[in-house]
Amino acid sequence: MRFSRALAVAFITIAVALMVYAAVKYAGLLQRGIGVEQSGTALVGGPFALIDQNGQTVTDADFRGRIMLVYFGYAYCPDVCPTELAKMAAALDLLGPDAGKVAPIFITVDPERDTPAKLKDYVAQFHPQMVGLTGSVEQVTKTARAYRVYFAKSGDTGGANYLMDHTSFIYLMDQQGRYRKVFTPDAAPETIAAGIRQLL
Amino acid sequence: MAGNFIMPRLIAGALALFVLSASYAAAARDYMLGQIGIGQPWARASVTATGGAYVTIVNRGAAPDRLIGASTPRADKAELHEHVMQGSVMQMRPVTGIPLAPGSAVALSPGGYHIMLIGLKQPLKTGETFPLSLVFGRAGTIEIDVPVLTAGASGPAPESHSMPDMDGHSMGGKK
Repeated sequence: MRFSRALAVAFITIAVALMVYAAVKYAGLLQRGIGVEQSGTALVGGPFALIDQNGQTVTDADFRGRIMLVYFGYAYCPDVCPTELAKMAAALDLLGPDAGKVAPIFITVDPERDTPAKLKDYVAQFHPQMVGLTGSVEQVTKTARAYRVYFAKSGDTGGANYLMDHTSFIYLMDQQGRYRKVFTPDAAPETIAAGIRQLL
Repeated sequence: MAGNFIMPRLIAGALALFVLSASYAAAARDYMLGQIGIGQPWARASVTATGGAYVTIVNRGAAPDRLIGASTPRADKAELHEHVMQGSVMQMRPVTGIPLAPGSAVALSPGGYHIMLIGLKQPLKTGETFPLSLVFGRAGTIEIDVPVLTAGASGPAPESHSMPDMDGHSMGGKK
């Protein structure tokens, strides 16, 4: 009897220890960027070299001094990308004159179809300040990896009308190019504008 | 510098919105096909060969129906799609049909169900209207006119809400 009670106590102790371990581990995952909306200097972003909508090479350094609002998507995306880009434009409009201190950036995950010329037409539909970036598959892949963005072709992968599965987050980077915050698809333009204002 | 162009942009935007909602109200209409009501058709302007179209569908009948297909002379294909969020990854996937329960409304909307237009012969331009056929399992086929709104539009302006009243039924549909 006494022995089995000791066993039960030991069992509960181990169970609690495991739960604490799991909780700590989960908190660690959140820290590393699986959270809903979080800030800090996690390892998101970094140097990139891409081609803008005018065919010019640009790097992350070209945006120093401005806040970067970065979204990864593709111009053939009919539904989610326009929604997110429209939200970025709406957030900028909420900032009034301070909008000039922000660079809204659309980086394609579909460089095969999204040429600079195509991106020029595309980004112009959302905001006059919006920058569209493409590049070689290697350049784009490297940049997407740096931002922890997942992307893959789906649907008609053999043809010209394939879809892209992709992470749909908006990244807020400060004037030094450091990661500050990520906005998930449920973030309203007001939330994004408030996030930007904190950095002004 | 920024201030110099923000105000004109806002005014231009408000003006464009006014003109657009006026033209939307003129172009958009409601349709009835048997017991199926179709309203608030719209699509987003596109610069590529793909586009998205949306409608709100009300099943006023006593029997369930399904939207099972769509087509338009403007594109090679029109597919019914839904969104699936897998963790942080957004995926669009074709669906074989969109269920329409009796006495309920389903709003196709950004982030939810949409009609994906694939292989557009010409990009969709803001302000134009194009024909779209909708195929229902029970009610049959109807051709509707779809007004094209801006690329960043999230739907017709509330003023132009044209759907006939659903007698107290929710218009929420699938989110």
